[in-house]
Amino acid sequence: MEMIVASAVGVLTSAGVYLVLRLRAFPVILGLALLSYAVNVFLFAAGKLTTDMPPILSSYGAASYTDPLPQALVLTAIVISFGMTAVLVMVTLGAFLESDSDRIDLGRSENAPMPGDDGGEDAK
Amino acid sequence: MSHWIIAPVILPALLAPIIGFVMRHDIRLARVFSLAGTLAVLTIALGLVVQAAGGDTEVYRLGDWPAPFGIVLVLDRLSALMVLLTAVLALIVLTHATATGWDARGRHFHALFQFQLMGICGAFLTGDIFNLFVFFEILLIASYGLMIHGGGRDRMRAGLQYVVINLAGSTLFLFALGVVYATTGTLNIADLAQKVPQIPLEEAALVRLAMMLLLVVFAVKAAVFPVQFWLPGAYSNAPAPVAALFAIMTKVGAYSIIRVHTTVFGPGAEATEGLAGDWLFPAAVVTVAIGAAGVLGARRLRPLIAFSVLGSMGTLMLAVAAFVPAALTAGLYYLVHSTFAAAALFLVADLVMAQRGGNDTLATRPAIAQNGLMAALFFAAAVAMAGMPPLSGFLGKLLVLDALRASGVIGWAWAAILVGSLVTIVGFARAGSALFWKSTALAAPGDGPDAPAPRPAGPLQVAPVVVTVGLLGALAVFAGPLAGYLEATSGQIFDRAGYVGAVLSTRGGS
Repeated sequence: MEMIVASAVGVLTSAGVYLVLRLRAFPVILGLALLSYAVNVFLFAAGKLTTDMPPILSSYGAASYTDPLPQALVLTAIVISFGMTAVLVMVTLGAFLESDSDRIDLGRSENAPMPGDDGGEDAK
Repeated sequence: MSHWIIAPVILPALLAPIIGFVMRHDIRLARVFSLAGTLAVLTIALGLVVQAAGGDTEVYRLGDWPAPFGIVLVLDRLSALMVLLTAVLALIVLTHATATGWDARGRHFHALFQFQLMGICGAFLTGDIFNLFVFFEILLIASYGLMIHGGGRDRMRAGLQYVVINLAGSTLFLFALGVVYATTGTLNIADLAQKVPQIPLEEAALVRLAMMLLLVVFAVKAAVFPVQFWLPGAYSNAPAPVAALFAIMTKVGAYSIIRVHTTVFGPGAEATEGLAGDWLFPAAVVTVAIGAAGVLGARRLRPLIAFSVLGSMGTLMLAVAAFVPAALTAGLYYLVHSTFAAAALFLVADLVMAQRGGNDTLATRPAIAQNGLMAALFFAAAVAMAGMPPLSGFLGKLLVLDALRASGVIGWAWAAILVGSLVTIVGFARAGSALFWKSTALAAPGDGPDAPAPRPAGPLQVAPVVVTVGLLGALAVFAGPLAGYLEATSGQIFDRAGYVGAVLSTRGGS
């Protein structure tokens, strides 16, 4: 089971990193989603992998238990990454509608003078 | 146990949704409440500094659960200082945004601003590393909204880049937390500070990995090489008051490195001691170099300021990377100074841009109406940022240089700071002469085809910049008392046993 979980985390992470490096909006969103899945599984495994155990300390002898804290952490992480993905989609949509480009990197150097030199992006 | 410790988090958290829902159609009402709320946070922060100055580490147990099990907020000198710094900066920035009408160029500025304030104060006060992650996310999600406030093509694209890099950073943060929990079984900072030194050197591989991951995560926030590339694009495209507020955001990363990598992984922890400094120091040297080169090469004003912020973060990290109390004292002084210097530069740049028709290209243009005033303010802020006397930048850099004299890194550190300062001075002098000096030789405005003359900046619009420059002067004048407080602060940060004892002790619950 350890092997399956570990390779799942590895595959999800590498796929996520690959997609993020594509630098186009849709692959990047998918890549960050995959990365957040990977980190959720990883956090879940951080408290040792056990099956069929209750998430509480048992008062009857030395029965084992599964660590409840990572489950709480994963829950928080899921909620946050869900919200962040929604924000990311909205920002991406806004950027795409404003600039007709879905590239993540700033193609034209933001340090260069504005075209025409009379710009006025903030003047409106 | 004082309930005031949680007030800087609760107050903006309650105010933000009220402003967002109830006052969304009335910008004046939102302004009044936002300013009043920030003023209240400032008052509370002053009280907290007075409370913390005594030297006690105060603990606030949420739900009154004892420390390693529940989440705690911890108030010590460093936290109190950072909260006060945030509150002062927030009030200045908010006044500027209100006076210049930036807050009316988009929706929900004040609600997002309050959420941002909540996240920053929470990150400074929390004593739990997972809670630190949560507050990071709060301040980030508010900063995404503020970053793209007002819209526009370049700003949206820069904002998208900023969101993506920070989401990747957050994922890395979670991976680091998973490793920390797997190796130590706790996420409470005090409990970590107790358990990490017990890890023997032979079993240290995983905890060293966790420490380096955390270092990378905080370096993303603090914009240290090699993860500094997002800063110039984000800061130079953000709305001016937001860019000024972001001056404290990089300091959140610096604060996290100081807190976690000193108290938990710092001196005394056999497994990880010295590792962070070995990596952070060269990175800081390169950061200073990139910042200085960027200042010299920038062709527009706001990227120039953004690169000077980068250089100042490098200088700060040079001091932090030594991981000795004397250097940390100097670093904390420079941290306070560089926050205000960066804010002053962004605010004055906004006033100059407003008068130049929204254009910040460093090219000779007809003189603006208030050339003398703007030039004086820009000159003062640039003097502070570049580190020339008489303002606090000079003292800050001098303290850092003096503190790094003792260690074996004097060559690289002195070369980086001195050469970097010289290049920064040249860059600012070039920018200032192009913007203000040469321009007076040209014809008066009015010859442009599309030129309704911009209104001169009113007293209320200039006041925040003047106050910030005044604060920089005050930092220099009162450097003695401040350095005394900061010396006690860094002593407290390096006092691992004191921190652990104060947080984990069972006494003193309410």
